Formats: sequence, structure tokens, C-alpha cells
Amino acid sequence: MAQTVFAPWENADEKPLIQFKNVTKRFGDFVAIDNLTQDIYAREFFALLGPSGCGKTTMMRMLAGFETPTEGQILIAGQDMAGVPPNKRAVNMMFQSYALFPHLTVADNIAFGLKREGKAGAELDARVEEMLRLTRLTKFAKRKPHQISGGQRQRVALARALAKAPKLLLLDEPLGALDKKLRQDTQFELMDIQEKTGTTFVIVTHDQEEAMTVASRVAVMDEGQIIQVATPADIYERPNSVYVADFIGDVNILHGHASRNADGYDIAYGEGKPALHAKTTTNLGESGKCALAIRPEKISITAQKPAKVTNAIKGKIIDIAYLGNLSTYHVEIEGGQMIKAQTANTTRLERRSFTWEDTVWLSWTDTAAIVLEG
Amino acid sequence: MRRFTLIAVPYLWLLVLFLVPFAIVFKISLSDTALAIPPYAPTLDLSSGWAGLRSFFAELDLENFWFLTTDDLYWKAYLSSLQIAALSTVFTLLVGYPIAYAMAQAEDAWRPTLMMLVILPFWTSFLIRVYSWIGILSNEGFLNQFLIWSGLISEPLIILNTNTAVYIGIVYTYLPFMILPIYAALEKLDSSLLEAAEDLGCSRLTAFWLVTIPLSKQGIIAGCFLVFIPALGEFVIPSLLGGSQTLMIGKVLFEEFFSNRDWPVASAVAVILLLILIIPIVLFQRNEQKQREAEGQ
Repeated sequence: MAQTVFAPWENADEKPLIQFKNVTKRFGDFVAIDNLTQDIYAREFFALLGPSGCGKTTMMRMLAGFETPTEGQILIAGQDMAGVPPNKRAVNMMFQSYALFPHLTVADNIAFGLKREGKAGAELDARVEEMLRLTRLTKFAKRKPHQISGGQRQRVALARALAKAPKLLLLDEPLGALDKKLRQDTQFELMDIQEKTGTTFVIVTHDQEEAMTVASRVAVMDEGQIIQVATPADIYERPNSVYVADFIGDVNILHGHASRNADGYDIAYGEGKPALHAKTTTNLGESGKCALAIRPEKISITAQKPAKVTNAIKGKIIDIAYLGNLSTYHVEIEGGQMIKAQTANTTRLERRSFTWEDTVWLSWTDTAAIVLEG
Repeated sequence: MRRFTLIAVPYLWLLVLFLVPFAIVFKISLSDTALAIPPYAPTLDLSSGWAGLRSFFAELDLENFWFLTTDDLYWKAYLSSLQIAALSTVFTLLVGYPIAYAMAQAEDAWRPTLMMLVILPFWTSFLIRVYSWIGILSNEGFLNQFLIWSGLISEPLIILNTNTAVYIGIVYTYLPFMILPIYAALEKLDSSLLEAAEDLGCSRLTAFWLVTIPLSKQGIIAGCFLVFIPALGEFVIPSLLGGSQTLMIGKVLFEEFFSNRDWPVASAVAVILLLILIIPIVLFQRNEQKQREAEGQ
């Protein structure tokens, strides 16, 4: 059965739910958001990813109505949001600190927004009950926030934000306070709830793994600008810049000079070394300066130089990081640069083929590396 | 042993500074007046042994407490004190809460200065500060001069020696006791809670009512008790600023002691006052404990 891929951003007829139009936000001299234009579509799980201070939280707070753009327009469902206060927007936010009301029970926290809408009696109870069930909190309805665990608090915050059935749910570092195991479980739970409710989610995070796991599209931000917006797979496999390649996952960057050759480029990365070849459709500028980005797991390590491979570099193993399922080898190549190569530990540790100080060959295929402007 | 020593310190403190003085006052309240020094009888004479002790206890009675019920001056004074203390607590809250709120909203750099300004009046003697209010409130005082000069009134307002002056005095004097606990509660308030309330559909005002007020409740309660308890037995303010019609139990107590030299009746008045005060003090303690439990998480 053919499955339709969810990709409204590729459909020109689709109307975006959120539109940022040339939005700039300044705090005094500091430019938090710099002339940013971006569309976000209904039912998307859109992740804003970036280091702290890149403006991702400011973007979210502008959507919620806590900040107003200095210039430009923000539209939600076609409506200009300028001058619309937070309490008049069909947008709810899940705060980083959860911001649960400590004087109210779990059920009352969830009911808080509904009561402001004027819901009462059986209708209110039914909705609260539904949200409690959705987030598996029924048992804790009568507890106060300080009487439940961090993971439960996180779910209360989610239930409270979802109770009003907003068009758009904003999540500010929602899983930051949870430990790793719980975070992973909760990520899947979030995706599940997002699918069930059909709400548009915009999530702010500095955790690239989290963004990759949950999001339909990831926007990588830096210094108030969006550097690249793409699906998690595209962000990882086809980054558009050294910044994105470096920010998402581990990457080796080889700087060099590229010259056109057949279906790609030949890259000279060092004096007297054989050129590397990479297949690509990208067109570099005139200068030919380029950066070659190769993911560690796409590099294979062999004792002998493999035959019929164009890209092979000799090096010495300096360090081995054993991660359980994987091992990362830090290999120093001629010229002193360190290259990371990763292999799956398919055999027992005692039978590992390489050890410290071994001379090895690193190789990769023509399509493994990405040619970037650099 | 160490634990015992640690616990003993506060209990010893309580014994020496509260229970022993209270026992002495209670004993005097059970005695009779006498033209002697000290002006009551009996006094404890241990030299005559058991017999002396027995006759000493035989002479103690509840006569003075009975006397308090025969003259309506006393219960009127108690009621009037309760009323003045309760009303001035409400006024202090109404004045103090906005100040505490403004302090909590102020920029971090300003907070120590504002805190200092609230505490600053304590650097001057309480008596001098209350006296200076006479200069402000009297018929020829600064306030009346200013109001006449500005043309708002043509005749001076009579404020001094009325209950109004007493309320002004109490609110002024006890304001820091209201501000500080409320400020402490408001300062801890996480501003994202207010944002969350707005996000969920509250206006600024309803967010204040539904979030800020309930979360500063403990501070409000603490502040109210800290004002109400001392205001109930207040003597200096009503005697300096109040008039002849201002009836407060502190004044009655002073007159019994020093004008009438009737120590036993004065002591009985004091014992009853203490019993009245124990109720709010116990409630106050319970509030503190509840707060500690809530914060204990």
C-alpha cells in the first residue's frame, strides 16, 4: 500500500498556518531575530534547533504573544497577530519550567484554561478527564504539583496546554528537565499525542537528537537567522552549510580546493596528497574553496588500502572511544588533522581488529561525503 | 545528649523569658491590692516553711477576674482594641501590598535600596516617630497648613486625638511588618506562572487575582498576624495620638498599673489579653508550619 508522505511544504496550494514575514526583533542593540521569513503548516511538528541565544525562544515567545516583533508581520491562520494579547490567541504554550500552578491540584491545573473559556460542570469534568486519560495522569488528579515526579509534571504541563484544543501548541525545551531514558520515552509519547490530537506543534530545543526524533521539519538557527529548514533526514544527509553539518551530529570537515570533474568535484585537501572525489549536484562558486563533510559512520577502517576506492587516507589510531554499541576511532592523518570514524561493534570487544597506535586506512565512497561552500 | 542540649536551648529561652514572667504576672493577678511595696499581698515567704506556703496559696483567688466582668469598661476596651487592631491590619494590608508588589516588580539592582528604605524608619526611636506625627496631624500641623495653603480646605481638619490618628499611627508604625513577608512571598513568585495564566486565557487582572494573590497568601497571613498581634496591645500610639474617647486595652492596663497602682487588676487584664492573643498566635504558628510543609516538597 502506498503511503502518502506528509509534506505540505512541497505543495504550492497548501496554505501555511503560521507565516513569519520579514520579522526582526531587537532588544536594545541586540538583534535577536534578523529579517526572518518562514512558513509553518498545519499538523506539522516543527522544531527550532540552535544553540542558546540563537533566537529560537524569541521566535516562540512572539508566536505566544509575549514579545512583539520590532519589524515585520506574524500571521496565524492568515490573521495578523500584531496587537493580539496572549490570552486572545488560539495558541497555548508548554513552558520550560512547566509553570504549573503550585496551589492547584493536577486536575485544577488542567481545568484552569477551560474555566477561563467559561466551561463548567459536566462539560468541564469530561474534558479534564479526557486530558488526564490522554496523558495517563488519572491516578494523580488530586495531587499537587510538588507531590508528583518530574515526568508526571511534564505531562501535566502538556495536558494543561492541550486542554483548550489550541490550533498551535508551543513547546519550550519540554524535555530538558528529564533524564535521558525518560526523555526518549516521552519523545515518542509526544509524537503519539501530536498525531492523536492533530495539533500543530512548534518545539524549541537545543538537543539535536530530540529535534531529529520528533520533528517533521527541523529549522537550524544561528544568530537570529534560520540557516536551513528540512526534514531530519535531509538535515543530516544534505546539510547546506558547514554550520549545519557541524551542529547536527558528528562530522569530519576537510578544507580544500575543488575542481570540476565529471559528475562532481575533485578536492585537493593538502599539498602532495591524492585528490578526493565526491559526487554532487551542488555548484560551488568561482573560488573553488570548499569543505568536505563526512560523517564518522560513513568511513570504513581497514588495515590495507582497499582496492577500487578513490577516497582513501592513511592514518594512525590515537584514541578509541568505546560506546557499547559503537566504537569511535580518532585517527590522525598526515598533516595532523584528526578524523573520527565509527564502526558498529558487531563482534566481542576482545576480538576488535584495531588498537591504539595501529596504522590504518580510512576510506569512503564517492557519494558519502558532502561538498560544501567553505 | 547533644540532641538534648540543642532542644534545651529554645526551651530554656521560653522558660526564662516567657513562662517565668507569665507565672509571676498570673500570681499577681490572683493576689489582692495592698498599701505596701510591692503593692499586693500575699508575698511568698519561704522562711515559715510548709505552713507559710499553705497560707500563701489560701489567699490567692480569682476575685480580680470576677471584678473585670462587673465593670463594662474592660470588655468594651477589649472589643474596641480588637476592632482597632483588626481595622488597622486591613488598612496596613491595603497600603502594604502595593508597596511589596512594586518592590518585587522593581529591577534587581533597585531591590536592596527599596528594602533599605522600608527598614530605615527603624533607625529612629519609635517614640520620636510617633511624636512627630503629632506635629503633622495637629490643628496647626504640617498637613493642615499644607491643605489650607493649597486651598483645599479653609478650616483645619481635626485629626489628632481621634481614632483616625490612631489608625494612621498604627498603619505607619507596622507597615514594614506587613511589607516584608509579602515581599518575600512575591519575590519568590515565578514570573512564568503569570505568563502561563495569560497564555491560558487570563487577562492581567484575573492572572493577578488567580495566581499572584493565592501564591502570596502565606505572606499576607504572616504580615497580618505580625501587625494584628502587637497592635492589639498597643499603648504608645493611642495614648499619644488618640483622644479621650479612644478606648484600648493597653491604655487601660497602663492606667491600672500606674495611675491606680492596682497591680492585681492590671495583671488580670494582662492575663486576659494574653489569652486573647494566644488564639491568633497559635493560628499564626500553624500557618508557618503549613508553609514549611508546602515548601518542603
